Amino acid sequence: MATSSGRTLYDKVWEFHTVDILPTGQTQLFIGLHLIHEITTAPAFDMLRERGLKVAYPERTFATVDHIVPTDMRTRPFLDSQAEELTRLLENNTRQFGIDFYGVDSDRQGIVHVIGPQLGLTQPGMTLACGDSHTSTHGAFGTLAFGIGTSQVRDVLATQTLAIDKLKVRRINVNGKLAGGVYAKDVILSIIRKLGVAGGKGFAYEYGGAVVDNMNMEERMTVCNMSIEGGALVGYVNPDETTFDYLKGRPFVPQGKGFDRAVAYWKSVTSDQGARYGDVVDLNGAEIEPTVTWGINPGQAVGISEKLPDLSGHSDAAGLKRAYEHMGWQPGAPALGLPINVAFIGSCTNSRISDLRAAARVAKGKKVNPAVRAIVVPGSAEVKKQAEQEGLDKIFTEAGFEWRSAGCSMCLAMNPDKLKGREICASSSNRNFIGRQGSPEGRTILMSPAMVAAAALNGKIVDVREYL
Amino acid sequence: MATVTRIQRVVGTAIPLRGNDIDTDRIIPARYLKEPTFARMGDYPFFDERFDAQGKPKPHPFNDPKYCGGSVLFVNKNFGCGSSREHAPQALYRFGIRAIVGESFAAIFAGNCVVMGLPTVTVHERDIAELMRLVESNPQAKFTLDLAARTLACGTGEIVPVELPDSTRTALLEGSWDSTTMLHANLGKVKSRAATLPYMTGFKA
Repeated sequence: MATSSGRTLYDKVWEFHTVDILPTGQTQLFIGLHLIHEITTAPAFDMLRERGLKVAYPERTFATVDHIVPTDMRTRPFLDSQAEELTRLLENNTRQFGIDFYGVDSDRQGIVHVIGPQLGLTQPGMTLACGDSHTSTHGAFGTLAFGIGTSQVRDVLATQTLAIDKLKVRRINVNGKLAGGVYAKDVILSIIRKLGVAGGKGFAYEYGGAVVDNMNMEERMTVCNMSIEGGALVGYVNPDETTFDYLKGRPFVPQGKGFDRAVAYWKSVTSDQGARYGDVVDLNGAEIEPTVTWGINPGQAVGISEKLPDLSGHSDAAGLKRAYEHMGWQPGAPALGLPINVAFIGSCTNSRISDLRAAARVAKGKKVNPAVRAIVVPGSAEVKKQAEQEGLDKIFTEAGFEWRSAGCSMCLAMNPDKLKGREICASSSNRNFIGRQGSPEGRTILMSPAMVAAAALNGKIVDVREYL
Repeated sequence: MATVTRIQRVVGTAIPLRGNDIDTDRIIPARYLKEPTFARMGDYPFFDERFDAQGKPKPHPFNDPKYCGGSVLFVNKNFGCGSSREHAPQALYRFGIRAIVGESFAAIFAGNCVVMGLPTVTVHERDIAELMRLVESNPQAKFTLDLAARTLACGTGEIVPVELPDSTRTALLEGSWDSTTMLHANLGKVKSRAATLPYMTGFKA
């Protein structure tokens, strides 16, 4: 395999996992790890039972609850009977089919895209699927990770494979060095802004360049997480020493000689020097500033020093007009000073320990503006524990943030954490879609966790660089 | 096991739904994903755009009597972006949509539609603009999507070329869109492939 050159990680991992070419022309691709949760799986298990099928690889399937779980009152049964029912169904289904399940009482519970890496389940050179569009997160490890729907979850349960077409690869180089107060979130928002929310259609995104090389694993996860917001089903970073150091010693990572052999495999899948790409895009990291969305999709973003865009001459003026109608802003208004009512730090994009540390650094010794409702929702039980050991919970609660237990929470508002009416939320999550945070009239401004903390203190959008 | 259903053509009146980047949160708000089955999803497509807080209908193509019974949905760019929720195409299908014709579709949404046997085909920007105008002025116009011929025939006699991935077209035409049976038949090969992967054997020497 070392003889062929010019191949990307995507090409290599795809080839290793190809079971067959199907009569349709699609590839039957083996899926090394299947993560499941309570929302998109119940009908998939029903379909298995209807067809008399078993789970092909229960030992490669792991389950947790994240989307619907309450983040405050965790006693069972949950107050929300639908949440209780979906949790019970997952408990029953995982028991019936012999799948490991990390429920609300487990110290391994958390958002699927936080716990997979944290447990060392997610590894380089692996394929991974999950019934959630932010599965691209795991690409931070050099994993080909696919977000899928329920019928495809059924396929992976029944066969540990997917029927899927190969993508082209777009290399995205983020060159240079980020300025202080500029985070991974600002990088990915800038990439989506540049390439568009549909720009990644047909592509896997391979992120590289000095900025990405210098990122820690949690920052790389933030970048890969939002690949899908740029239209790319898959996003990844080539594994390197940063990756191997992160994985060493984690529960599902081999130890001793096994670890050395794992590293040898992981190194073998990285993109070749001179790999051929379908497209190459360069960004200058030094030009990125703290970035916020102003509209109703993640591509509608501006740097903090900019003004909101004009409609005239825009290729999708009708789309911008719709965004302005929903948000209630005017073209030409400065991003700085936009008002907020709610602050949310959490989600699979930005709920890891480094995110909480960055937000706590801003909040330390300050007070949340009395008009703002602010919550911090760690991504997993382990992140919560770690944060408490570091005293971050105290910093947040003393500043006036609520400190919660792990879950998806106000990112998609399937639990009681929701916006009300036309509230505006400064959010470290990934989607500013209309209605996303639980109120049809609610409004979302996406930004880094540190920027959310700064906005919470001020009741409006500010430049976090003035608070560091 | 599932029976084989070949999908060769879809015939029906159309519903025009204007706008780029219509995400799956808009197609089906997350609160409806709390139901344990897809059975009632047909009641919910675009719920928050179709009804106000009191449940009073708002103007929306899915509420408009003149498009009632339409089975072909016309959309613009990047339809179905965002969340992977299959509830979105399930809601459209159960509402009565049997084919979606648009400028482009988001990847996961399109993948979900294939596995459900719901064709999504793309047409040129100029053609979708014309199709939307046509159905808005003549809601009773019938359309025939012919997957074998890769065409959409309009009631007026005009024929528009449509595109879809070859694999999708084959899967729909041959009735192998419900992929489980096809994948399951290969389980022996799956096990052979798995045995070659270092992480599947615990990185043993």
